[in-house]
Amino acid sequence: MQKTSNVAELEAICKSVRRSIIEMIYHAKSGHPGGSLSAVETLVTLYFDVMNHKPEQPDWKDRDRFILSKGHACPVLYAVMAECGYTPKDKLNTLRELGSIYQGHPDMRFIPSLEASTGSLGLGLSLAIGMGLAAKLDKSPARTYVVLGDGEIQEGQIWEAAMFGSYHHVDNVCCIVDYNKIQLDGWVKDIMGLEPLADKWKSFGWHVIQPDGHSVSGMQAAFAEAAATKNKPTVIIAETIKGKGVSFMENNPKYHGVAPNADEYKKALEELQ
Amino acid sequence: MATAKHELKLGRATREAFGEALVELGRENPNVVVCDADLSKSTYTHLFAKEFKDRFFECGIAEANMVAIGAGLAHAGKVPFVSSFSAFLLNKGFEQLRVTAAYGRTNLKAVGTHSGISIGEDGPSQMSIEDISLATSLAGFTVIAPCDEIAMKELVKQAAHTWGPFFIRAGRAKCPLVYSPDQKFEIGKAIEVVAGTDVTVIANGLLVAEAVKASDTLADEGISVRVVDMHTVKPIDRDAIAKAAAETGAIVVAEEHLVDAGLGVRVAQVVAETNPCVMEFLGINDTYAESGTPDDVLDKYGMRAKNVVEKIKAVLARKKK
Ligand SMILES: Cc1ncc(C[n+]2csc(CCOP(=O)(O)OP(=O)(O)O)c2C)c(N)n1
Ligand SMILES: [Mg+2]
Repeated sequence: MQKTSNVAELEAICKSVRRSIIEMIYHAKSGHPGGSLSAVETLVTLYFDVMNHKPEQPDWKDRDRFILSKGHACPVLYAVMAECGYTPKDKLNTLRELGSIYQGHPDMRFIPSLEASTGSLGLGLSLAIGMGLAAKLDKSPARTYVVLGDGEIQEGQIWEAAMFGSYHHVDNVCCIVDYNKIQLDGWVKDIMGLEPLADKWKSFGWHVIQPDGHSVSGMQAAFAEAAATKNKPTVIIAETIKGKGVSFMENNPKYHGVAPNADEYKKALEELQ
Repeated sequence: MATAKHELKLGRATREAFGEALVELGRENPNVVVCDADLSKSTYTHLFAKEFKDRFFECGIAEANMVAIGAGLAHAGKVPFVSSFSAFLLNKGFEQLRVTAAYGRTNLKAVGTHSGISIGEDGPSQMSIEDISLATSLAGFTVIAPCDEIAMKELVKQAAHTWGPFFIRAGRAKCPLVYSPDQKFEIGKAIEVVAGTDVTVIANGLLVAEAVKASDTLADEGISVRVVDMHTVKPIDRDAIAKAAAETGAIVVAEEHLVDAGLGVRVAQVVAETNPCVMEFLGINDTYAESGTPDDVLDKYGMRAKNVVEKIKAVLARKKK
């Protein structure tokens, strides 16, 4: 794979990943477009610029690790991993079919280069901290990145992990909250609001950064700041828009878990040209 | 000679019947309250939420907290239903179910939807193949797995009218109508859906309809299959099991659940204690399933009438003549 720090090149990859997401979910006739589209810049910046990893050697010991804790957004992960060369690109549209490696939620039995099988919300930050602790024991420079949904952090385990992470100075873990303001049944603020969110993480001892999650340069700067922050873990609260890039999906709770129909599919691909 | 076949029209999903039962209960009893964990559109508790705003508590994606809040509501005299996908309700909420609802003796009603593997595309993280095992291990819980919308609606209402903690298992997929609207149900009393003398299939949930189809297939071959719907897994209907063992001398248990820890082992225990006979078990065999359409997944993991037929033939081959 070709890594790059060039913003225009990364933005071009983002666009192609968004197209893949729409195509995959359209062909599967089910899946989660909203939270996949909101996390595109985060994953593309990580896999194509920030992370040290070798798609040709996925079990490289010192690789940086990535966990999609909000596993329902796996179309973005699959599209990015395929683009990197981990998995076949021409099979992306088998998403959710029996026997496909592109399971409805990330499944390590089918894709061994995944760092975790996810889909039940609330587990990923603890997993990431476990990997961070192991890297410290092994004197490995590996960093671990984990993406959480904003609805997901209503799970109590997230806050048990947050407390642990700062108390044990697990500064090689970087957590990204995809703050798209929408969960499954509707808007986060109408279900169980999170504000003041930055203050919550700060009071749990985390270094907090709040970039625009759709700005590649903003995310690059945030990841650099996280890597430079020693002695405490960092949370990047990425300000995002659910459904980003497809006008009728943007800020629309309906597209949390609904596939586009044929007309919507056409329209979405036109917008992503 | 071909015999008359059972007509199994496709009905609605049991989760939908659950949602409708809640609304009716809400109208009759102001103490009925409902909690959900960001899945109310999927569990159908949104029907109750719409009509009884004040008595619906959206708990967010925090199932463990929801269960214990439900137990608190129960201690204070309410009739709380807490609902999510079975996988999250039982697995995330187990400690709370155990200590606050079971050991703590409450009137909590826990309803898990999207049980089994028939959810299809979402895959194993959202599938629930161990919920019956977990729920039956809660002392004092009544555990129910209805097979169609008619059974679900009636049994949810009876659960609300019966003091004590319950787990009720609902599914995502539309399921065949096994019962007519005038069918009578009683918690803890199995129903003989098809009469038969050579072998008994004891099933619940989706597998009841598959067992009925299997009995039709085998009737053509001159094999008389009794089908028993064991909708209540706990307390289990010992009499129905002992009777089936004595009268048919061969039992197949079929369930959309891990075979090691569900209905089958409980039936086997009763058979061992009453009238030992040959048995076979159909369920998920020590594995997690995978994504696919519900039909593809049910086919691959052997949850079909033809699989029930195979088990019946296997048990009959072992039955002493
Ligand atoms: C423990 C658990 N409870 C419930 C669900 C069902 N579920 C899937 S996605 C979702 C909403 C997630 O919202 P959010 O975390 O904000 O994700 P995003 O907006 O990024 O899609 C829910 C409730 C689940 N997967 N896991
Ligand atoms: Mg969200």
